[in-house]
Formats: sequence, C-alpha cells, structure tokens
Amino acid sequence: MKKVFSRPASLSKTPFHYCPGCDHGVIHRLVAEAIDELEVGDRTIGVAPVGCSVFAYDYFNFDFNQAAHGRAPAVATGIKRTRPDSIVFTYQGDGDLAAIGTAEIIHAANRGENITVIFVNNAIYGMTGGQMAPTSLIGMKTQTSPYGRDAATAGHPIHMSEIIATLESPVYVTRVTINNVANLLKTKKAILNAFKLQKEKKGFSFIEVVSICPTNWGKKPADAHKWLTENMLPVFPLGTFKDTHGVEKSA
Amino acid sequence: MAKVLMKGNEAIGEAAILAGCRYYFGYPITPQSELPAYLARRLPEVDGVFLQAESEVAAINMVYGAGSAGARVMTSSSSPGISLKQEGISYIAGAEVPCLIVNVMRGGPGLGNIAPAQSDYWQATRGGGHGDYRTIVLAPNSVQEMADMTIAGFEFADRFRNPVLLLSDGVLGQMMEPVNLPAPHDYDVNSKKWALGYKGNDKNERNVCSSIFIDQDELEEHNWHLYQKYQVVTDFFAKGEYKDFAVEEHLCDDAEIILVGYGIISRILKTVVEKCRKRGIKAGLVRPKVLWPFPNAVFERLAKTAKQFLVVEMSCGQMVEDVKLASECKKPVFFFGRTGGTVPSDFEILNEVDKLVRPD
Repeated sequence: MKKVFSRPASLSKTPFHYCPGCDHGVIHRLVAEAIDELEVGDRTIGVAPVGCSVFAYDYFNFDFNQAAHGRAPAVATGIKRTRPDSIVFTYQGDGDLAAIGTAEIIHAANRGENITVIFVNNAIYGMTGGQMAPTSLIGMKTQTSPYGRDAATAGHPIHMSEIIATLESPVYVTRVTINNVANLLKTKKAILNAFKLQKEKKGFSFIEVVSICPTNWGKKPADAHKWLTENMLPVFPLGTFKDTHGVEKSA
Repeated sequence: MAKVLMKGNEAIGEAAILAGCRYYFGYPITPQSELPAYLARRLPEVDGVFLQAESEVAAINMVYGAGSAGARVMTSSSSPGISLKQEGISYIAGAEVPCLIVNVMRGGPGLGNIAPAQSDYWQATRGGGHGDYRTIVLAPNSVQEMADMTIAGFEFADRFRNPVLLLSDGVLGQMMEPVNLPAPHDYDVNSKKWALGYKGNDKNERNVCSSIFIDQDELEEHNWHLYQKYQVVTDFFAKGEYKDFAVEEHLCDDAEIILVGYGIISRILKTVVEKCRKRGIKAGLVRPKVLWPFPNAVFERLAKTAKQFLVVEMSCGQMVEDVKLASECKKPVFFFGRTGGTVPSDFEILNEVDKLVRPD
C-alpha cells in the first residue's frame, strides 16, 4: 500500500508539550515540511525563542540554538554570518518579537539578514499565563488587562508585518493564518516561499501567522478559531505586504 | 616580526585576527572605540565579519550565535555597555559557548564618565549576570599584554568552553607602546564537534546550544557540572604551566609591606616599590594577572612572611575582600584608591605606604 501521509523527516518524534488545540504543532509541521521539500534538513539551524515555543529545539531533527527572550534575530545573525550556507530561521511569539525583541527584529530585517522569521501572533503571552501582549486587541481581557486593553493607557495592537514591510531590505513579508484548510495551504506555501528565497540567498523573509491560544483565551479550539476569524483578522488583515522577487507569482 | 607602535585597543584587534578571530559584533562606546574602528577596517581584509549591532544586548547575542556555530568571536565595550551584555554572558556561560569579551573600563556607576577606572571588578569576577556561573578574567597591564592576553583568551575560551573577559581600562586602551605580534594562528570554524552546523556529524546526530534545563534535577546536574569545570579552571591557573601566567611577584621575598594592584595600577606600584626600596622600606608587589580564578596561593604564602598588605585600585576597594580571603586575614589588609576616573600618582601611594610603615 502506498504511504500518502507521514511525519516529515525534519520533525522529531518528541511529543509536543503544547496545550490541546494549540496552533504551534501545526505550524511546526509546516516548517518541517518546507525544509524537507527544499531538501535542506542537513544544513538547517533553528533559533528557539522564550515563550510557549521555547522547546522548539526538541521538535525538529536539525541543529538548534535556544536564545534569550527577544534576541533570536541577533543570535540568528551570528549563526548565519558564521555559516552563510546554512538555512537559519527564528520561531518567535508576539511577546518575544513584538515587545522585548523589537529592536532585534527591526534591525535584523533592516540589515537584510538572509534568514527567515516565523512570527506566531496569538495576541497574548501564553507561557507565563495569559498576559497582555503588544498585539492584544482593544478591549481584550487578559491577566494584566483585566478590564480589557485600553488604548488610552496601553496603546493599540502593533502591526509588525506592516512595520517590517516599510523597510527596504526585507524581500518577503506576509501575514497568513491556519483557521481553515484553504488558509493552512496558503500558510504552507508562504513558509516554503520564504525558505526558498533564503536558499537562493535573496534575503530577509518574515511570515506572520495569526494564531489562537485556546487556553489563555478561555475558549475551545473551534471557538478560538471562530473568534480569530471574527476579531483578529479585521485588525490583522491577511495578505502579502512585500514580495520583492515576485515569489508568489512565480511559485 | 619587528615591534610596532600601537594603541592598546588596536593591539587587541590585531591580536584577535592573529588568533583566528574573524567575527566581531559591537556597539560604539568610549573609551574602546578604536577597537571596533580598527576591526571595521581590518576584518574585511581577511574575509572576516565586522558588524555594528543595534545595541550591546544585540551584539552579545550575535556573539552567542556565532560562537554556538563554531566561530572564534569577540565583542568589546566599556562599563555601561558591559552591564547591558550581562544577560547574554549568562546565557553564553550556561550554554558553554566560548568567546572573548573586552571591557575597557570607565568611571561608574550609571553613565559615570569616560575616564579610566577599575570599578567593574566585582561585576567581572563575581559573574555579573544571573545564575551560578563564572567567567575567566584576564587583566593586562601593557599594550603587549593586551595583545598576548587576547590570544591566550581565545585559547582559554576554547579549552574550557567558557566566556573569557579581558578586563582593561581607559588608560591601557588609549596609550601607545611598542608591541611584538606573534605569527598568525589558523583557526577552522568547523573544528568544534558540538557546534551548530558542524560538518561531520552522522545523519542522526544533531547539536543543540541551550541554557534551559526545565527539569530541576537536570539543572542541578548541569550547575554542578559547571562548578566542576570551574574547579578545573582554578587548578589550571594555580598549578602547572600557567602558574606564572596568573600572577606576577616583584621583590616579595623579604618584603614587609606587599602592594597589591592589577592592570595599569600595577605599573605605578612598581615605581612605588622601587622608590620605597631606595628609602629603605622593604616593599614588594603582587600583581594578579588573572582576576578569576584569583591567585590565592601567593597571598596565603606571603601572609606568613610579610607584615601587611596595601591594595591599590581605581575604585573604592573592590579587590580588597579577595586579598583578605586569600591571606585568610592573617595580616592586616589596607586600601588606598582613587575613583571616578582619577589615576593615583606614585607620590600619593608612597605617602600611604609611609603612613603604614612609619605610623608615628
């Protein structure tokens, strides 16, 4: 019998520690599939963040660095400069990338480091128990915004893809989600595009995946995806903000 | 090779290249700016990477990345910038990644000033960042030693898989002296089997650089492993071939008062010792060249023969407690220092010696 579905070679057999219904496992798988399809597993180096995906290094079958909170793009810079033929990516959440690591992501992007950034935006700090993130929606109730995020005191949700796209160096900036199968396939394509560009030494690519946090949102996984569709996507519209080499058209 | 006249900061840069370092990540700050400026010009000539980072924090994390990928890599800064790097240094120590960090000390705390100081001794020798860890701390006192200790620093870092801190100051960084540079050393970025991207692993092997051990038993095991390593480092500098590297003694055998100082201070103290001898005062000098691990044995021995110690520093007296611990307080340990960016004169120090040996 022909095997039509199996674990990607780049994904390790370690069981995910993520909460039931979490998007991280699926996004990890999409990254592993892209690495497999490009046949670069033997020269890929990942950089894990601080946050829910802090243990990402356990889930992939290639070399990994575990970085300090927000510093993954700086660590990735050091790795890529040392081993320019490696495929280097960071995998970061919204607290890591859009709060404490804002300087590192902006400047790695602005230097046009030939790396790929997978940015998982679920509008909340997951690992520490559900605190307000820079991407939390106005009115969103979290552990540290118990009355709802108030724009007057906490500002507005920060739009990282739009910010990154204003820079000249990045070659591919796109926002995707995995709330349904069609979007999941688009996400897979985007991740593949990003790594393809890196393999061709084209430069910095940034994939924002709008995601859920059923546990800290206090919702069932299906309800969380519904909430994402109805509430997050209007604030974080899907789409490609930059595609210098037209990778989406040529793909 | 003939001697060349160089600034201390530049000598570090050239020595790093000779040691096979091809990666520098840093951020501008006085009084160390000649070093990045030198490497910005020199590294491209040897196919190396010079990168001016967006911050000290980013720079040390780039060092963490490059070091974890097998590079001989360095960063440099001055006191306030070194404070910012402590987060990264803690991660680097935890993940056991070799690298060289240069601190050309200036006056603090806070923004302080840009004049030479030695007030980062505690930060350097006690760890600086969070957690149970140590950095090897080297203290040069000449432009020649800035070069020699840079090269030795990379060797120690690789040997022990540990960050090495070169603790210098604004005087040493800025002054010019003739220096003998050794022959270049070839370094292969693919020589470390544990490094990320190491070519030569079996298909099923992979390398991870990490400082997280979420299981408390595993972290305890890791911390004791680090502790054991630090014991090995301590023995390495206390015994064997590096014994003389770690400490310099001058006229100590019959000395009644031992002057103690490191870095630029030790050169002033040498003059003071000579002036004392001319005046019939039996003075000697101990200069720790490695500040961690501290050369305890010398003080233990001299506490038996000398009558007193005088520690001289460009701080409010941070090394004093190490001298007291090493000599087990068997003889009185006095202190004289200038802080805030002033270098004490030999005259001032001589006055202090006079007060101690001729109290009336």
